[in-house]
Amino acid sequence: MPIAEMSVNVPLILAVGAGVGLLSGLFGVGGGFLMTPLLFFIGIPSAVAVATGATLIVAASISGVLAHWKRGNVDFRMGGFLLVGGVVGSSVGVWLFTVLREQGHIDLVIRLCYVLFLAIIGGLMLVESARAMMRKKKNQSRRDHMHNWLHGLPFKVRFRRSRLYISALPPLAVGLFVGLLAGIMGVGGGFVMVPAMIYVLGMPTAVVVGTSLFQIIFVSANVTILQSATNQTVDIVLALILLIGGVLGAQFGARLGAKMQGEQLRGLLALIVLGVCAKLTYELVLQPADLFSIAEVARY
Amino acid sequence: MRQLIPFLTILLALTLPDRAQARDITIDLTDPIVSITTGFTGTDLLLYGAVKQAGDLVVVVRGPARDEVVRRKEKVLGVWVNRDELVFDKVPSYYRIASNRPLKEFMNPEDADRLQIGLPNLDLRAKVSGKLLPEAPYDFREGLIRNLQRIGLYMTKPDNVVFLSEQLFRTRLRFPANVSVGTFTIEVYLFRDNKLQSTATTLLTVRKFGVEAQVYDLAHRYSLAYGVLAVIIAVVAGWAANAAFRKG
Repeated sequence: MPIAEMSVNVPLILAVGAGVGLLSGLFGVGGGFLMTPLLFFIGIPSAVAVATGATLIVAASISGVLAHWKRGNVDFRMGGFLLVGGVVGSSVGVWLFTVLREQGHIDLVIRLCYVLFLAIIGGLMLVESARAMMRKKKNQSRRDHMHNWLHGLPFKVRFRRSRLYISALPPLAVGLFVGLLAGIMGVGGGFVMVPAMIYVLGMPTAVVVGTSLFQIIFVSANVTILQSATNQTVDIVLALILLIGGVLGAQFGARLGAKMQGEQLRGLLALIVLGVCAKLTYELVLQPADLFSIAEVARY
Repeated sequence: MRQLIPFLTILLALTLPDRAQARDITIDLTDPIVSITTGFTGTDLLLYGAVKQAGDLVVVVRGPARDEVVRRKEKVLGVWVNRDELVFDKVPSYYRIASNRPLKEFMNPEDADRLQIGLPNLDLRAKVSGKLLPEAPYDFREGLIRNLQRIGLYMTKPDNVVFLSEQLFRTRLRFPANVSVGTFTIEVYLFRDNKLQSTATTLLTVRKFGVEAQVYDLAHRYSLAYGVLAVIIAVVAGWAANAAFRKG
């Protein structure tokens, strides 16, 4: 029913935005990795969902980074190296996206990427929160960052805010990888970058979120511009509706989150992530109702 | 001399026996233009007209042509993957027919085939590296039609043409929300005693209009600028959200 489709869509999209906003306020995550699959579920084409998701992340990261910047929790030098890698990675990502789209595999690749990453993140979070709940009272102090082979790499740079003197190569590589994900999946990549910054680069936790948000703004902006220039798949109207829902949802989520316990929250988020992952997997494995699909290639 | 040609043509047309009198069918649309605005949910148009002598009518509506790639999924390692694909040449983006009674009752199959009336008679040609194939594989052809039917661009069954009197008729044409922009042709065939007597054609323009058109136009013609604009909007929106959040 085309009439219902159009008139139902705006409230539905608002609801999706609000839902993801609620989760991101509740759990303190970006929510890009949930927003894009939800857009798939309501029938937005994957390519549009990914490109529009990137636009949304620009807005979300801007509003996040301002707060961190004020507290001085952004390491601009580190952010700069992550950014250089990120811009290169995301440009390659968008190029790959375009190639895969022409070959008709983009839907599959995006969905497979999501299944893989949601499974990993959801699994890790579930294990982590279960452990945290069990040893709740034991106060374990975390080791300082590991000294490993990464510290033998050349091109050492001093990162004053992070109190680090390490090679510039790992931040570049982390940025590159996250940028690649951003280009193909339309996520900010905070869920990969934050753990990588803590465990691989050994950055202090305080500056991690602000610095990653700083990088995400520019990488997502790069993805938005490149996606719209090459694939014309950015929908400003869709992004704005999602954003309005998202802002309202996030406010509500943040208040709700203050009343709940951290481990339980993370456990809940892990279950949501795994649920989305399971649904995506099911859709990939289930025999489609129609084995044939069509796509427009040229207009006259 | 060249400028005179249109003028001469008109003059010639005027001096020849009046064509309008010889015309068996006269048709018109309630509106020759469909404007797609934000919140467009599809529209109905009324095609109406008159025939000089009673007969059977078929109305065929076709949307602007485009190439469509049809892909078939296969199971690879437990996951359904697009494998074989075939490009169809100049596929009408919209196809719908209407008639006053079932086609079989007044049209012979040869005419239906020649005039491409009815989905089975639609001339859908596949092409491989630019060369048209003599005949498209049946399952791909069916897959193409099925997909277009599912999104409401191809009819599933013919609509009705209603005769208000012996001469006067009308039919309602439905254009769904996802209709493509461009020029649509509407052909009306008049049959009498199982023979094609006369035809009439009119055109319909579907275009985007207002904000919808501007956004679409910007995204496709100035796609880089559009991307930059999207980022600027996102930055402003993010900043505004942050400002609102601090107050709240």
